[in-house]
Amino acid sequence: MASDQIRNKGVNVTDHDLTFRSLSEVLQNNITPYIALLEAKDCPGIKNLMQKLMGQLMNCYIDVDSSEDEDYVQVSHNRIRCSMTSLINWYEHVTKKPDSETPSKKRTSSSRHWQSPPVVVVFKDMESFSTKVLQDFIVISSQHIHELPLVLIFGIATSPMIIHSLLPHFVSSLLCIELFQSLSCKDHLSTIIDKLLLRASFPFKLGEKVLQVLINIFLYHDFSVQNFIKGFQLCIVEHFCSQPVSVLCCQLVDAKKRADSLSHDQCENIRKLPSFRRYVESQVSEKQIALLTVDTYLKEITQKLLEDLHVYHENYLSVLRCLHVFTSFLPKYPLGKQIRELYCACLENQVWETEEYESSLQLARMLNKSDLVTMLQQCVEIFVSSSGKEFDNTVEKLKEFLTQFQKLEEEAFQEQDVSVSSQKELQKKTDLYHLQKTLLELKESRRSKKLTKFEMLRFEVVDYIDSLVRNYLVPANHKTLHEIMYFNTASVLREHLNAAPRIALHTALNNPYRYLKNQALKSDEGSISNKAPDICIVYKLHLECGRLINLVDWLEAFSTVVMGAEGPNADAASSDQVDDIIHARFIRAVSELELLGFIKPSKQKTDHVARLTWGGC
Amino acid sequence: ILPCESDFPSIFIYGHTSSGKTYVMQTLLNTLQLPHVFVNCVEYFTSRLLLEEILMQLQSCCSEREQTSHVHCDTFNDFVRLFKQAVVSRELEDQTLYIVLDRAEQLREMEANILPAFLRLQELTDRNVTVVLLSEIVWELFRPSIGCFEPFTLYFPDYSIGHLQKILSQNHPPEYSADFYAAYINILLGVFYMVCRDLKELQHLAALNFSKYCEPVVRGEANERDTRKLWKNIEPHLKKAMHTVYLREISSSQWESLQRDDGEPGQLKGLSAHTHVELPYYSKFLLIAAYLASYNPVRTDKRFFLKHHGKIRKTNFMKKHEKTSNHLLGPKPFPLDRLLAILYSIVDNRVAPTANIFSQITSLVTLQLLSMVGHNDQLDGPRYKCTVSLDFIRAIAR
Repeated sequence: MASDQIRNKGVNVTDHDLTFRSLSEVLQNNITPYIALLEAKDCPGIKNLMQKLMGQLMNCYIDVDSSEDEDYVQVSHNRIRCSMTSLINWYEHVTKKPDSETPSKKRTSSSRHWQSPPVVVVFKDMESFSTKVLQDFIVISSQHIHELPLVLIFGIATSPMIIHSLLPHFVSSLLCIELFQSLSCKDHLSTIIDKLLLRASFPFKLGEKVLQVLINIFLYHDFSVQNFIKGFQLCIVEHFCSQPVSVLCCQLVDAKKRADSLSHDQCENIRKLPSFRRYVESQVSEKQIALLTVDTYLKEITQKLLEDLHVYHENYLSVLRCLHVFTSFLPKYPLGKQIRELYCACLENQVWETEEYESSLQLARMLNKSDLVTMLQQCVEIFVSSSGKEFDNTVEKLKEFLTQFQKLEEEAFQEQDVSVSSQKELQKKTDLYHLQKTLLELKESRRSKKLTKFEMLRFEVVDYIDSLVRNYLVPANHKTLHEIMYFNTASVLREHLNAAPRIALHTALNNPYRYLKNQALKSDEGSISNKAPDICIVYKLHLECGRLINLVDWLEAFSTVVMGAEGPNADAASSDQVDDIIHARFIRAVSELELLGFIKPSKQKTDHVARLTWGGC
Repeated sequence: ILPCESDFPSIFIYGHTSSGKTYVMQTLLNTLQLPHVFVNCVEYFTSRLLLEEILMQLQSCCSEREQTSHVHCDTFNDFVRLFKQAVVSRELEDQTLYIVLDRAEQLREMEANILPAFLRLQELTDRNVTVVLLSEIVWELFRPSIGCFEPFTLYFPDYSIGHLQKILSQNHPPEYSADFYAAYINILLGVFYMVCRDLKELQHLAALNFSKYCEPVVRGEANERDTRKLWKNIEPHLKKAMHTVYLREISSSQWESLQRDDGEPGQLKGLSAHTHVELPYYSKFLLIAAYLASYNPVRTDKRFFLKHHGKIRKTNFMKKHEKTSNHLLGPKPFPLDRLLAILYSIVDNRVAPTANIFSQITSLVTLQLLSMVGHNDQLDGPRYKCTVSLDFIRAIAR
C-alpha cells in the first residue's frame, strides 16, 4: 500500500506556498533529494501531472549530482515518455549510483540519505484537484509501489474528511494515511506580534488604532499572515516617509548621535510635536524659553527624553508580560486571552481605569493558592530575565511573597484547631440564654470576619501587582516624543489595505478633480460642470433617475449640459435637433457605463435601461 | 480454456472487485506458459503509450535477449504493421498470443477506434492472437455506437461466504494449526461479512488482527481450543477495528502500534474527528448567507430580512408544491447580488464593501464550500450555490 500523509493547513491560502517550500527544503536536507511539488492548476489531467512530476524529479536529480564529474544524459521533455515505467527506470538508474567505486567529495551529503530514498510528491492544494486525476495517480502508483517507494503529502485547507469525499473507498484503501496538523494561523499571528512588537530591541511600534486595523483584517477577512506582514511593512514605509522626526527612530546609540547632528529645521519639527509642547508647558519658564530658542539645549533634552523612552519601553514590556501571566489564570479572561488583546487594551488608555481591569482584580482576589504561587513564580522569571537593575526590588518582593506562602502551609493546620474548638463550645450543655449569647457572638465574628493570613497575603500580592501596573503601564500617548516611535495614522492604512473598488469608481466619476488634478474641473458637489469628461456628466445625470432611465430624456439632458458651455450664443437652429457629435459622445459614454456595470439594457421597455446600483455601494 | 483459441478473437471478462479476474488470468497464463502481454489501461492512459507498451512487452516476451529498444507507434495502423513484424520475428506462428487488457473501461475514454480495433485484432493482423478484456462494468455499457465485433463474455461471480472462508483459511501462518486459523476466520467473517465482502480488504484485516487474536494463547491463558475465551478477547477489538481501520480513519501502522501498546483508541483521533474548519469572521457570515440563499425560496427573503414585511398569501399553487422540503432537493443556485444583500442584513455592524469580501467569496469557491454554477465567462451575473450541509453551518454558527 502506498504511504501517504496529510497536512491540515488552514484557510489562508496565500501563506501555504512558503510553508511548502520550507518543508521541501527540510525534507531535501534530511531524507530524500527527490521531491516534487504539484499544484492543481498545472494538472488538469493525468498526463500533465505525470509530465510535471517527471520534470521536477529529473531536475532534482540533476541538481544534486551536478558537481560530480559523471556524465549524465540531459533529457529533453519532449522525448521522454511520461509514463510510470520511464519513471521507474530513472529511479533505478539513480539509486544504483552510490554503488560506484570512486568516492568523491560530495559523498558526505548523499550518505545521509537512505539506500533507496522515497520519492516525495506534495500536492499543495488538495481540494482543487479533480478527483479523477488523483484517483488515477494513486491507482497507478500503487501498482508499482515496490519498485518506486512513494510518499504523498496532501495539503488540506478545510478538514480531513475531504479525503473521503474526494477519493472513493477502493482508492483510499490503497493508502496508509497519517494526519499531521500545523499550527493554527492565530498562533502564528501571536508569535509574530510577540517577536516584532513586544520586543524592546525594535524601536518602531504601532499605535493602537493601526494595530486594531491590521488585526481586524486578519481575523475578519483572510487569516493571512503574509498580508499582515505586508500591512506592517506598509506602516513602516508610511512612518518613515511621512514623519520627519522619525530619523530618530533607531537604536539608542545611533539616536543620540543623530540628535547631536540635527539641523535647525529638524529642531523646529521636534518643537511642533504635540507631546513636546505639553512637556514644554510643564517646565519652568526659563527652561521653556531655552527649549524654544536654544538648539543645543533642545538636543540635550531630546537625548535625555529618548533614553527615558527606551527605558520606559523595556519596563513596559516586562510588566505587560507579568500582567498577562496574571490575567491568564482568571476564568473568562476579562482582559483577553492572548497577550495581543491585552497589549491593545493597554495601548489605548490607562488600563487601570477600565471595567475589565476592575473585574479582573476582583477575580484575582479569589484565586486559590496554587495558582497564585505558579503565577508569582512565572512573574519572577520574567523580571529576572529582563535587563537592567530596575526590577531587582520587584524580584525581591515577589520572592518574599513566595516564601510567605510557603510558611503559610506550615501554619495551616494550626488554624484548624481554632475552628474545632469553637465547634466544641457549642456542643457543651447550655441553657437557652447562654446558647443565644454564643450564637450571636459567632454571628458577629463571622460578619467582621477576621481575614486569614492567606487572604491577607493574597490582598497584598494583588495590590502590589496593581501598583506595578499603575507605575509602568502608562499608555504611550502620555510620554513625550512618542510620535517618533509610534505610527498612528490608521486612516492612511485603511485606505491602502481596504480596497473598495466601487467607492473608488464613484469618487472618480463624481469628482474627477480627485484623480485628474485639473484645476478647471474643480467644482462643488451639486452642480455638473460641463468641462468634465463625458462619462462623468452621464454618470451624474443617471444618479438623479429612478429605476428605469429613458434614453431620449437622458440624451436631452446631456446635450443641454454640454451645450451650456457655448453660452447663450448658441443658435436656436441647432437646438431643436441634437448634434450628431453630441449623440455619438453620448452613446460612447453610455456604453462605457454599461461596461462598468452601472446600467444594463432592460427588457421591460424599449429605449430604456435599468439602473443597477444605488447609494454609495 | 483450450489452447486453440482462434474461434474467439476476443473475450470479455467482467465481475465485481476482487472476484479474482486478474489473478486467475495471470496464474493461468503463467502456469500454462502461454505467451502473453499484460497491460493495465489506467497506467497507460493515452493510446500511444498503450500501444507502445504492448509492443515493448512483446519484444521481451519469449525471447532471451534483453534489448528493449524504444518503439515509436502513434496510430493503430502502425501498431498493426509493427505487430505483424514482431510476431513473425518471434516465431510465435503456431501459438496463440494473448493480449490481456486490465481495467478495460479506460479504453472507452481513448480514441474511438481503439476498442473496436482491439476486438478485431485477429482479423486485422491475420495472426493467432486473442485479446482478453478485464473490467468491472457490463458489456452493454461498452458497446460503441458504431457497432463492433461482439466478444465472448464471461462473468466471474462474487465469492460466497463459504468460498471466502476457504480462501482466507489458506493463508494461515505455519506456527498455528489450520483449524485454529479457520476458527479465527470464522469469527472475523461473522463480524465483517455484513459490511464488507471484498477479498482484499478481508485479507488485510485478517493479517492485522491475527496477532491480537493469538495473544491469549501466547500469554498462556488459553489453548487453541478455547473458543469462548478467544472470542471474548477478540470481539471488542474487532468492533473497534471496524470503526477505525476499515473506514480508513487511522492508518494500519498506527493501528499496529496501538495494539502493541494496548492503549485506548480514544486517544488517537481518527480523520473524522477533525471536522472543524477555522474560518475568518466574514467568511463564516458569507457561508451562512450562501446557505440561506440556497435553501430559502426567493419570496421568503423579504419576510425574513426586512423589518416591515407584508403577509405572504398562500395561493393554491404553493399549497400543491409545498410537499418536498428544500433540504431534500439540494441547494439551488443564486446570484451574487442576493448573497450580498442577505449578508448585509445578517451582519450586525456595517460591512464595508471592500475587495476583501469579494475575494473571500472566491476563496470559498476554491475550498469547495461554494461552487460556481454557470459559465465562467458570464461576468455580469455569477451564480453560486452552497455545497455544505446543515450540520456544518450549525457548527460554524456557534
